[in-house]
Amino acid sequence: MANDPGSLRTALGRVRFLGSAKSGTHHAWHMRVTSVALVPLSILFVWMVASLVGKDYNGVRAMFADRFIPAAVMILFILTSAYHMMLGMQTIIEDYVHDEPIKTWSIMGNLLFSILVGFAGLFAVLKLSLT
Amino acid sequence: MSKVEHRRPLSPHLQVYRPMLTMMMSIFHRITGTALYAGALLLIYYLVAAANGPASFATAASIYGSIIGQIVLFGFTWALLHHLLGGIRHAIWDTGYGMDHPVREYLAQGTAIGGIALTIIVWALAFMMR
Repeated sequence: MANDPGSLRTALGRVRFLGSAKSGTHHAWHMRVTSVALVPLSILFVWMVASLVGKDYNGVRAMFADRFIPAAVMILFILTSAYHMMLGMQTIIEDYVHDEPIKTWSIMGNLLFSILVGFAGLFAVLKLSLT
Repeated sequence: MSKVEHRRPLSPHLQVYRPMLTMMMSIFHRITGTALYAGALLLIYYLVAAANGPASFATAASIYGSIIGQIVLFGFTWALLHHLLGGIRHAIWDTGYGMDHPVREYLAQGTAIGGIALTIIVWALAFMMR
């Protein structure tokens, strides 16, 4: 179709009036939004990790089960980070992987890994805080 | 594709430039980002182990409590704080400010020194609170 050598249609003619791809700045913008969200979330996260150092099992459970804020901040941090790292790794793959099948599989693997990280973290924190 | 097409001229890449701080900080931003990507598993393992029960939590706690575990966590904290400061630097550049000569160097130095300093402060506080 598009590459049909017999076609007399010009490249411009084929794409005219089809509109944009609708996702031009989507990736870059979401990178910025998640970055801004992660500034306060990362600071709170580092603070939580520092206070988790040396805690025993009951201490860790109590931290997530007794109060609302730590679990909520941890879930926000995990989900925002998972999305942010998915976007970042996709940029890295697109920059360095030029073989088309490997690139496609890498981007798919990146998406699946990021979703796995996000949902494993979400479910673990929910279980710690709600049971 | 013919061989001729493969040998089209390419723009010069990293190796032809004299290394400089802003360039190294850019590279380190990507390296720390990649490290954090893998390091996310450290956090997930810890949380899943805790959610799984006391026995698996004890295993995770002993790994993170070991000398190697502590070194890895220290590196993870550094990568996170360095990447955080690098992100703030890029956000400043996104507004169009700080691109000129002295300011961009100060921002790069601030990222490099700030990341290390904050990591040491966080871990000093963590050990004092224990």
